[in-house]
Parts: sequence; C-alpha cells; structure tokens
Amino acid sequence: MSLLPILVTVWLFLVGLYGIATSRNTIHLVSCLFVTQASTYVFLLSIGFRTGGTAPILGKLPPGAPLVDPVVQSLALTDIVVGATVSALILVFALQAHKKHGTSDPRSAPPMRG
Amino acid sequence: MDPFAPLPVLLPLIGAALVALLEKFHQRHRRLDLATVAITLAVIACDLELLLRCSSATLVYWFGDWHPVGGFALGIAFAIDPAGAALALLAAVLTLCGLMFSWHYFKAIGTFYHSLMLLFLASMGGFCLTGDLFNMFVFFELMGVAAYALTGYRIEDTGPLEGGLNFSVMNSIGAFMVLLGIGILYSRTGGLNLAWVGARVAERPVDAAVACAFMLLAIGFLVKAAVVPFHFWLPDAHAVAPTPASVLFSGIMVELGLYAVARIYWTIFSGSIPGGTAQTLLLAAGLTTALVGGIMAFLQRHLKRLLAYSTVSHSGLMLSAIALFDPVSLGGCLIYLAGHGLIKGGLFISSGIILYHFHSVDEETLRGAGTRLKLVGAVFCLQALALAGLPPFGTFAGKAMIEARAAELGLHFIAPIFLVASSLTGAAVLRSGLTVFYGIGTPNCLSAPAPAKGDHESRETSGKEHRTPLMMLLPLLLLVLLALAVGLLPSLPEKSLQAAARVCDQRGYQALVLDGKFALLVPAPLPKRADLIKGVLPAGLAVVLAAAALFGLPLPDVLLRRLKSLLRPVLWTLRRIHSGYIGDYVTWFVIGAAVMVLVAATSRLL
Repeated sequence: MSLLPILVTVWLFLVGLYGIATSRNTIHLVSCLFVTQASTYVFLLSIGFRTGGTAPILGKLPPGAPLVDPVVQSLALTDIVVGATVSALILVFALQAHKKHGTSDPRSAPPMRG
Repeated sequence: MDPFAPLPVLLPLIGAALVALLEKFHQRHRRLDLATVAITLAVIACDLELLLRCSSATLVYWFGDWHPVGGFALGIAFAIDPAGAALALLAAVLTLCGLMFSWHYFKAIGTFYHSLMLLFLASMGGFCLTGDLFNMFVFFELMGVAAYALTGYRIEDTGPLEGGLNFSVMNSIGAFMVLLGIGILYSRTGGLNLAWVGARVAERPVDAAVACAFMLLAIGFLVKAAVVPFHFWLPDAHAVAPTPASVLFSGIMVELGLYAVARIYWTIFSGSIPGGTAQTLLLAAGLTTALVGGIMAFLQRHLKRLLAYSTVSHSGLMLSAIALFDPVSLGGCLIYLAGHGLIKGGLFISSGIILYHFHSVDEETLRGAGTRLKLVGAVFCLQALALAGLPPFGTFAGKAMIEARAAELGLHFIAPIFLVASSLTGAAVLRSGLTVFYGIGTPNCLSAPAPAKGDHESRETSGKEHRTPLMMLLPLLLLVLLALAVGLLPSLPEKSLQAAARVCDQRGYQALVLDGKFALLVPAPLPKRADLIKGVLPAGLAVVLAAAALFGLPLPDVLLRRLKSLLRPVLWTLRRIHSGYIGDYVTWFVIGAAVMVLVAATSRLL
C-alpha cells in the first residue's frame, strides 16, 4: 500500500472538516460532510488494491489470478448506502431551516446557547 | 446455534416495516401503539431469554451458518454475553416506557414515529449483541439515522431542526472516524470479526498504526458518548427531541458509545495496549466530562437541557470507570449504567409530564406551578437524590464499587471528583424539582441567563389536562422501581462482576468464537459492601447545594460580591464555549481528536 492514498485520505478528511467549521451555508456544510465521507471511500478502496489485480468476479479467472479485495469494496458500498441515507436526512433539515429562516446561514439564527 | 439470538434485531426490524404499512389504516393511532408495544414486549422476552441462556456460556450465532474455517471467521457472528444481553434488555425496557408514555403524548401522532422507534430498538439490540466490527459500524449508523430522524421529528420548528442538524453532523463525523479505524484494522488483520482481529493484533507489538486505529475507534464512539470536547451536540439534541426519544438517548444510546469503547478495547487491544497513555487520556477525558457536565447542568433553567448536561456528566463518570481498564470497576460501571439509565429515563418522563401539563419546561416560568402534581413532584425529587447516588438505588451500588476499586488501585483523586460531579447534577435536578413542584426559594443568579425555551414546547401536547394520564405515570413508577431493584437485588453485584470478567477475558472470547471452546472463568472476588454513609454524602451535598441555589449563601455581602466576580468570568467562558454553532463544535472536535491521535501515535500507547 503506497503512501499517496493515505495522504489523499487525510487531506480529504481535514479539508472537509475545515469546510464544515467555516461554513456559512447549510447546503455547503452538508456538501463538506460528503467530502469528509469521501475520504473513507478512498481509504477503504486503497486497502483492497492489488497491483495488476482485476475485478473480483471469479467465474472466468484462472485460479490464483491477482484480485482486488472484494470485502473492502462491499464495505465501501455499505458506507455509500448509509451515507446516502444520512445525507438525504440532513439535506431535509437544511432545506427546512432555509424555509423557516429564509437564509441558509447556520450562524444567522441565534441558537440555544450556554 | 441458538434460534433466539437474532430475534432482538429481526423482530423490531420486520415490525418497523409492518407498522409502516399500518399507517394507511383509519384510526391507526391505537393500533399502531398496540402493535409497537406488543413487538417491544416480545423483544424484552427474547432479551431476557438470551440473558438467561448466556449466563453459563457466551452464545455465538453465525448468520447463514457460516462457521469459522480453520480458526478464520468467514461469516458474521453475534457473540452474546451477559453484558451485551443486559444492555439490549435495558434498551428494550426503556423503549417500552417511551412508547407507553407517548400513548397520550402527541396531539396528532405523526407519520412513522412507531417505525422509527422500532428501528432504533433494532439497531441498539444489534449493536449490543454483535461480535463483528463492521456489523457494529452498520448498527451504529442505523442507530444514528433513527435518532436524527426522531430528534428532528417536529420538523416545522426551529429547535428540533438545529438540534437535529448538530446531532447528525457531529455523529456522522464520529462514524467516519470509526470507519477509518476499522479500515486500518482490516488492512492489518484481513478480517472483521472482533475475536479474529484481536488475535491478530495481539501477535505483534503495537505500532503507530494500531495505536491510531484504537484512538480513531475510541474517538468515534466517544462522540456518541458525549465526552468533552465532543459533547456539544448532546444538549442541543436532547433538549428538543420528543420526550420518548430523549428517554432513549440519555438512558441508553449515549452509554452504548461507552460500551463500544469497552468492547473494542477488551476484545482487540487489551493484549497489546496495557493501559498507560490510553488510560491517562481516557481517564482525563472522563473526569473533565464529569465536572464540565455537572457545572453546566447546574447553570441551566431549561429542564430538558439541564437533564441533558447531567447525562454528559454521568457519561464522563462511566468513562472514568471504564478507563481504569479493570474488571471490577467495569462491573461497577455496568450496575451504574443500568441505575443511571433507569433514573434518567424516569426524569425525562417527569419532564415530559411537566411539558404535558404546562406547555413549558422552564424552571423560572413554572415556579410553583406544579404544586398539584403531588406524586410526580415527590418522585422527581427522589430521583434527583438517586441521581446523586442515594442508597439503595442502583447508582449508589455501582458508584461504590467503582470508587472502592479506584482506591485499591491507588487512584484516590477519583472519589472526590465523582462526589462533586454527582452532587452537582443531583443538586441541579433537585433545585428545579423544588422550584417547579413546591415553589421554594427565589430565582438564582447562576441559571438565570441560561436559555429558557425553544419555540416548540407549546405545540407538542394536546390541551390543558388536570389529571396526569395513568399511561404517563405507569412508566415513571416502573422506572423508579426498577432502579431501586438494581440497587437492592443481592445477587446483582456478583452477576455484574461475572459479566465484566467475561467482557475482559480476551483469550476466552477468542477461543469461544473462533474454536467453540468454552472455559469457565473465575470472576474477581466481590468487594466488601460499601458503607451507606458514602452514599448519603453526595446526596446530602446535593441537598446543601440545591438549598444554597434556592435561598442564597448565608455570607456577608462583601464576600458574596467577591465570589460572584470570581465566578463570573469562568461561567461566562463556559457558556460562550457552548455556542450552539455547528462550526464551533467541529473546531473543538478537531482540536480534541488531534490531541488524542497525536499523543497516541507518538507515545504508541505504551
């Protein structure tokens, strides 16, 4: 496993968090959350990568042929499904907040604080 | 293969889908209630049965009959031991109480409320029972999704929207951390079964990658457990969620985050990370959380927000118990968890009853309003003292075990911090109880500037009622009685020590899951019974603190002014930190996580 995917993972994770921390628009904030999540996809797929490996469909392959790891691919798939559910839900929150306040700035409405 | 094993997940999962179909019928309200309660009762029965069956040997259930081949776990397993089964049972009992409470609660029951509650129950059950790392993640996320939806249930209001948004964003980030940690472990071990991963990790000395994996997993789960500095979402979410959901959030969901930390530590890392830095980090986080939560709870006047902060405090207390990395204190922690969950559930139900009658949960607005609710008032104040650890409630028994063990280990600073934290939370709840139900005292300067109300409270319940419906009182009394039973059952300390010893027995767990071999385990000897005096102390201190808040301190004016000017900047800073903005929360999260991961990676947790 090379260093590049790890660096990309860390970069995506941090840049996504930076986006959320500084966001002035709820939709933008949710998008930044997806960027953070993308780091997990990159990481999972890079774990299963084998140089010269093909897709793990065993029917036509000779025994012993190099394959990429199918387990992490299914993990990533599950992750994407979960992510889609969560993001749909958060986007509904964001849209509803926009309807309510007429603005998407998460810092515009004074929340319950303290 | 035990046919009961998957039922605590399957029943509510299928039930959630079927109940969603019922939504189409006329007069669906009662049918939905009945169907959901019936399913929850069935789950309770299954959990009880599992708890009995696993008391002699941990049950391992391989889905689709994919048994391990040559010691390698091919399939996905449920590994059910008494600790997991007991937590699943607690989740089911709290769900039942929440559902009973909601019988009269909503003006017009909204769509899919029952399905969401059942989904929540299914995911909590699966999370407790599973023996697979990725399975754990999936249930963690499912639990999250159901909880976000329940938090934002009354989506037309502002409070639930913000609470839901903060909750979902913070917990999603936590889940990503968990997934990254799982990825590292998979790349090292080639498997996802907890026992398999543990066996492979133990083969080699710890390096930075494994240390990072532990910290990533721990931080991810600690976000759910609302540990400082990852706790900010909790008061926002708990204060605005519907009462039945709050009961579940505070009573069991937060604690499941702690359970996950304990579970992954003992199944995977305990062989290679023997404590040291990890212990210091978690203990520091836990004790800080206990104090910050206690102080913030004392500064609140919004009743549900106050209870939410007290959950933060108690979660820190339990994390400290786990961070001793010791079977006896874990046993105490299990009792404490049950006692606290039942008491906190009861307190949230009481606050729901207040909301039902008076359309507000602000302490000052309601001063003396609840005098006619005699029974609820008395139970509320009793619960406040139980929260501080009044014997013979479960909180006392658990805390006494933890403190005794900490003293044996030479950690003498733990008991005083526990004392301060639990008496602060108890005092805060007691103060609000005395104010609302008895109209005692005058407004205090500490909680006056706190947020008083969201905009949602008036619309949550139906018109003004003079009697509290029986279906609201019933779960309240049930919870108090159960909390008493947890403290009074003479066999419980021994049982919980056995359960904790089973959780901590890494080799036994591996042998059982991977090879099917079971070896009987001798649990640690029962610590001697704690003096009741120790339990009266925090409760007494809580009474004193509550009285001081209600009547003012009997000090000369000069000293009082001094004290105020000393406290003001501290409290102002604390309030400012809890700003309510998601961006600030994420910044705190990054700082906390960075410190923990860096310390872990550089010291390699040795």
